Amino acid sequence: MSNTHRTPGVVPGRLAAGAYAENFSDKVPPLDPHEAAVAADRCYFCYDAPCTRACPTAIDIPMFIRQIAAGRPEAAARTIFDRNILGGMCARVCPTEQLCEAVCVREAAEGQPVEIGRLQRFATDALMAGGSHPYARAASTGRRVAVVGAGPAGLACAHRLATRGHDVVLFDAREKPGGLNEYGIAAYKAADGFARREVEWLIGIGGITIENGRALGRDLTLDALRADYDAVFLGIGLAGVNALRAEGEDKGHVRDAVDFIAELRQSTDLSKLPVGRDVVVIGGGMTAVDAAVQSKLLGAENVTIVYRRDRAQMSASEAERNQAAAKGVRIITGAAPVRIIGNGAVREVEFAYTRDEGGSLAMTAETFHLRADQLFKAIGQTLDGAPEGLALSGRKIAVTGPGRTSLAGVWAGGDCAAGGDDLTVTAVAEGRDAAEDIHASLIG
Amino acid sequence: MAHLASEFAGIKSPNPFWLASAPPTDKEYNVRRAYEAGWGGVVWKTLGSEGPPVVNVNGPRYGAIWGGDRRLLGLNNIELITDRPLRQNLREIKSVKRDYPDRALVVSLMVPCEEEAWKAILPVVEETGADGVELNFGCPHGMAERGMGSAVGQVPEYVEMVTRWCKASTRMPVIVKLTPNITSILGPATAALKGGADAVSLINTINSITAVDLDAMAPEPTIDGKGTHGGYCGPAVKPIALNMVAEIARNPETAKLPISGIGGVTTWRDAAEFLALGAGNVQVCTAAMTYGFRVVEEMKSGLSQWMGEKGYASVDQVVGRAVPNVTDWQYLNLNYVTKARIDQDACIKCGRCYAACEDTSHQAIAMSGDRTFTVKDEDCVACNLCVNVCPVENCITMVEMPKGQTDPRTGQVVGGYVNWTTHPNNPGATCAAE
Ligand SMILES: Cc1cc2nc3c(=O)[nH]c(=O)nc-3n(C[C@H](O)[C@H](O)[C@H](O)COP(=O)(O)OP(=O)(O)OC[C@H]3O[C@@H](n4cnc5c(N)ncnc54)[C@H](O)[C@@H]3O)c2cc1C
Ligand SMILES: Cc1cc2nc3c(=O)[nH]c(=O)nc-3n(C[C@H](O)[C@H](O)[C@H](O)COP(=O)(O)O)c2cc1C
Ligand code: SF4
Repeated sequence: MSNTHRTPGVVPGRLAAGAYAENFSDKVPPLDPHEAAVAADRCYFCYDAPCTRACPTAIDIPMFIRQIAAGRPEAAARTIFDRNILGGMCARVCPTEQLCEAVCVREAAEGQPVEIGRLQRFATDALMAGGSHPYARAASTGRRVAVVGAGPAGLACAHRLATRGHDVVLFDAREKPGGLNEYGIAAYKAADGFARREVEWLIGIGGITIENGRALGRDLTLDALRADYDAVFLGIGLAGVNALRAEGEDKGHVRDAVDFIAELRQSTDLSKLPVGRDVVVIGGGMTAVDAAVQSKLLGAENVTIVYRRDRAQMSASEAERNQAAAKGVRIITGAAPVRIIGNGAVREVEFAYTRDEGGSLAMTAETFHLRADQLFKAIGQTLDGAPEGLALSGRKIAVTGPGRTSLAGVWAGGDCAAGGDDLTVTAVAEGRDAAEDIHASLIG
Repeated sequence: MAHLASEFAGIKSPNPFWLASAPPTDKEYNVRRAYEAGWGGVVWKTLGSEGPPVVNVNGPRYGAIWGGDRRLLGLNNIELITDRPLRQNLREIKSVKRDYPDRALVVSLMVPCEEEAWKAILPVVEETGADGVELNFGCPHGMAERGMGSAVGQVPEYVEMVTRWCKASTRMPVIVKLTPNITSILGPATAALKGGADAVSLINTINSITAVDLDAMAPEPTIDGKGTHGGYCGPAVKPIALNMVAEIARNPETAKLPISGIGGVTTWRDAAEFLALGAGNVQVCTAAMTYGFRVVEEMKSGLSQWMGEKGYASVDQVVGRAVPNVTDWQYLNLNYVTKARIDQDACIKCGRCYAACEDTSHQAIAMSGDRTFTVKDEDCVACNLCVNVCPVENCITMVEMPKGQTDPRTGQVVGGYVNWTTHPNNPGATCAAE
């Protein structure tokens, strides 16, 4: 194909054949054993370690690092998986610079934290490379639990329930399990089909049946699940998206960023995936950054993120913003779209600068235009398709304690439940804790 | 720059850093390069009697222990004395000494424990123009099984006897190298003195097994499935060597005997410590084997700068400075009170001091909800463990409590010097001030 960065329009194959594999391989390469030994050696084995407290799943980080240092990465992995069965994915996707590594005492001492995320990957990779599943199930309890949503929350919940001896049926609306691990996370964070491999490894525990293509609200009802199962866990994430409310939103090549990312993640040949020459992404979070960076990696010439508030208010972390900048993505803040212009498909976007008026945002009269042949909306996901009858808190399912909803026998966790950050690791923690609470209620 | 020139047992060298008898000094090639790198002297790798040389195992010959980041802390070896013919060594010694007349060249010797053997080798060494000999009574493996090395060094009577033979057969200074594999270093040191030794050097290596191969179930280094104890050296042995040097230096009978300090000297500071405890010079092996000959540059410049800062004009002025302050436990001041102080600005909040004190010591560190660590003076016995486990140097220090203040731990006013010999709890106390 003879397309280049400068080919106008939304076209595939902007890069030389070999460039795709390179651009979408591991962003952070794995540590080799020597590097891991050097990195592990830096841990001080802190008392009541701040890193463990900062980890939503409370992994005993000093202990697993000590186990790596002592030449036992598999034992280290057990320490990790005991608290976080998706420790492999979390090692790759956690914003460690905001969590464990942010509070590492080495960060205070010399501005260079212990590389906890990479060490976690080193350990979990070592154990998973062995192929076998490390946990055994408790004797069967004869209880059956329905888990809806096979994302991190549902998977963590299902695994913990299975270890406790319950039988789990895991329903998911999509074709594949994994949730955003499979469809959302940036490709270079979970390279080489890791999301799929991790799910296969996880269900090695036994006692978990996955039923894909089964959507609550379409193929299943909550009432039926409550009747057929001893308990129900909802981990349905945020399936909806916010609307832009700008004129011309229905024009061609205007798309939800999450859809673009899902298509990218499922693509078997990235050279066939079309991308614009001038890509504009609207939003200020992780999704905006991932859509922008991956557009750039597909060969877009100009990629611009436009966020309506100021930089400090972007939910994308500084590390993510820097990464985007390093890839050549331009970030404009304090501007919002007013009009999408184009004859059929988008050609340019008109933005107005914004002004903070006592907390609420107002448009100014000052405007500018950006060329765009592709526009991605990354302005937030919303709860969609939550069953009737569940109390909400804000726009999410209300929960108390370890994920109890307003309905008896129904728990919820992950992005769909109120409270906690929308992060993989938080979803894992909530799924795990709900499983323990379900277990207690079934056995107790 | 302070003057580093050294004279040890009558042997002059431009600085007090000598390479110890070991692989670094095994042959002409090495020794020439060592001199070029700036070493003040060398003790040539131990020579044996004329005849077929000893045979080393092919190897592995070394075992090791490491600290963080694989920093070599302790090395162990199962090498023997030189495995090259005597005549070749002598030829090389002569040629090197001729070209480097200002550097010290001492020849280490180990021959069977018979007067004839020593009488035979000393004249041929003297003939090379070497500055002195060092009697290797220390090698703990291989040679000891043949009645040499530490087999001699462990029996004070033999040490004295062989030293006397040597003194009678040569005009060269005789340095006796001592083994640490004994219960008290004073026995062999006194014996060397009685035999007429011009000096002692210590320590040679310590009997050791550094590791066990858990698959082969054999000690390391493993030679065809078997291992044997080796000789331990490097930074890990320095504390043992320092103590032995100090024991000799503060013992009235041996106090005048020159000491060449050996064992774990790795930086200028280690050397300064040996000198302060009474060594007239130092010998280095493992540091050179780990980092190469160039380390001597750092040692020389570091020692010289420190001496300059302290106003010491020559090495002699440093030698033995700390000896008067080495005492027996019973004379330590029981009324000396210090308390640990944590510098909150330097603290990185790792909590290691807390774990150490809370779990294993005196529960004298408090931890607040925001991870501020503070010392509870009423519980702190000033053991120093927190200082030792803290990763940040000088973050925790021991602050002396002035006389007249009340120690909140004991409720007693800090008083003047009191030691165990007069303490009321000591059943054998001599009545004080009567
Ligand atoms: C683009 C993007 C990038 C991200 N990058 C990161 C990152 O780098 N690091 C990080 O920590 N977090 C990241 N996140 C957030 C993270 O992916 C989520 O917080 C996490 O996946 C939430 O897990 P979950 O199990 O609650 O939901 P999801 O992962 O969304 O899983 C929900 C599952 O439920 C299924 N489902 C939904 N509705 C129904 C229904 N009605 N019936 C049946 N099944 C249903 C869905 O198909 C899906 O499989 C990112 C999110 C996005 C969108
Ligand atoms: C491989 C090796 C061989 C040694 N051979 C001898 C020797 O032949 N004669 C001797 O007196 N000491 C020998 N030693 C001991 C050293 O001279 C020195 O006393 C000891 O290593 C302690 O010093 P260090 O801690 O600086 O290494 C040897 C040491 C090593 C490591
Ligand atoms: S000096 Fe010893 S007793 Fe005092 S605070 Fe430190 S560890 Fe505790």
